[in-house]
Amino acid sequence: MTPAAAPDAPLLQVGAITKTFGGFTALDNISVDIRKGERFGLIGPNGSGKTTLINCISGALRPQTGNVIFCGEDITQLPPHLRARRGIARSFQIPRPFKSMTVLENLMVGLDFAKVDSSLPEEDVAMSILTRMGLASKASAPTGTLSQVELRKMELARAMAVRPKLLISDEAMAGLSSSEVDEVLDLLISLGEEDITIIMIEHIMQAVMRFSERVMCLDAGKIIAIGAPAEVMGNKRVQEAYLGT
Amino acid sequence: MTKHRNSIVFWAGAAVFLIAVLSMTQIVRNEYPFFAGYVILQFIALAVAWSILGGYAGYVNFGTNAFFGVGVYTAVALFKATGAPLVVQIAAAAVVGMTLGFGVGLLTLRMRGIFFSIATIALAIIIETFVMNWRFVGGAAGIQIQRPPVMAPFDSYVKMLFFVQALLVVIAVSIARYIQNSRIGRGLQALRDDELAAECTGVPTLKLKLVACMISGALISAAGAPAAMYLQYADPSSAFNLSYSVSALAMALIGGTAHWIGPVLGAILLGSTQQLLAVTISSEVNVLVLGIMLVLFVVGAPKGIIGLLRPRYRLRAGGKP
Repeated sequence: MTPAAAPDAPLLQVGAITKTFGGFTALDNISVDIRKGERFGLIGPNGSGKTTLINCISGALRPQTGNVIFCGEDITQLPPHLRARRGIARSFQIPRPFKSMTVLENLMVGLDFAKVDSSLPEEDVAMSILTRMGLASKASAPTGTLSQVELRKMELARAMAVRPKLLISDEAMAGLSSSEVDEVLDLLISLGEEDITIIMIEHIMQAVMRFSERVMCLDAGKIIAIGAPAEVMGNKRVQEAYLGT
Repeated sequence: MTKHRNSIVFWAGAAVFLIAVLSMTQIVRNEYPFFAGYVILQFIALAVAWSILGGYAGYVNFGTNAFFGVGVYTAVALFKATGAPLVVQIAAAAVVGMTLGFGVGLLTLRMRGIFFSIATIALAIIIETFVMNWRFVGGAAGIQIQRPPVMAPFDSYVKMLFFVQALLVVIAVSIARYIQNSRIGRGLQALRDDELAAECTGVPTLKLKLVACMISGALISAAGAPAAMYLQYADPSSAFNLSYSVSALAMALIGGTAHWIGPVLGAILLGSTQQLLAVTISSEVNVLVLGIMLVLFVVGAPKGIIGLLRPRYRLRAGGKP
């Protein structure tokens, strides 16, 4: 019996993580549990440690102290590709497509390496994800020809190819028009409806409010508020962090 | 389906090539074409082997000469100690090259870009210094090799070496082709484009880079192993000559690295030009020609010959379609 079998156990437990870069403390003793199926919003001013936190969760960085437990397993020391295979996928703040490949081939990387059993041929699975994301017509397009919103969607599609349990979206809506924001947001919400837990980092407040069941606000590497979206937005310290005192 | 048909065409082509080479050794009397052809075949094998790490994975290895020299001296040491036949020398060189690739990869593949390249240059210098001080294989003065009697059906040792090197080319190309069409190839391509994104998509980047480095190293050492028998002589400064690194790299880049055929075309083009010039003008002009062609291609056709031939590969190699 693994602890993951307990029905109420959180999907992801971040336990007292501290990450410093030289003398700078990017994350200071952060602990948070993410429930299975939750839509979790992560906000905070620039440089508050949001991306550092998800880098520690996805494995791009290792914290100095603390641990990360996913599905009951301590994954603190695992490299990113093993975390991806266990079901943690992410998009990047600045899109990082495999630029020598077509959109479909980008997804094939995830399908090839994440080792998901499937009776369907990989290309059919990739196409169904692209259709889902509204990118089917771009399947054989090189990534260099995609627009900003298409690139964002492709990053999410590639993350979906790993068949994640936990999807981390790092500012997938930055730089998009408001109709495009709604488009991407609808996609994320619909993914949340099929049992994928989602952590969304975002600066666009309407999007955060509409998306999140729970919001956490970081400032200077510390959690300053966590709870229901309206509650966090109303928090005085959160407003100070964003607007200055 | 087309994949299956492609395989049939490929293996038929390989068989025709080997049969042609074999019949040539039986029909042609003059030894010179084999003497010159051997060098071209050797460069095809080197360029193809180099491109597995340098092209597919994008890790520019300047240590081709290290692996080549290790191949030469593995063969020399083994031959002197035990009189082992050529095939054993080549197999041993491949094993040593693979082991070296593993060790070097483990130490250097965490470095990126220029740092990796510089580390591979240092590698060649270290090993060359070691061999220079190794008396058993002749040290800095080099060593004369007495060829054993040639085996049937060949009537001269150079002809046999020509056939052996053709066989090594077929092995190198079929391995490169297999990698290109497999999961490994897709993973290498992904990590070449973006290593962190590849990791986060489930690609075991360090493992794949190590595999590429080991295979590339094994093939380069194997291609170098017959060189001592070919020249009947080996010395450290020619076995570890930096020109092997420059040539392999230039040939692969001029041919294009997105497809296995690229290094083959590049090596044939450059290798035969060099052989021609060495006879008609002088062997020193070789280097000049290599330099000029590299400049021309970098400016005019950055994706190499195959980029000029097929727009598809221009895309695969990272450019706009």
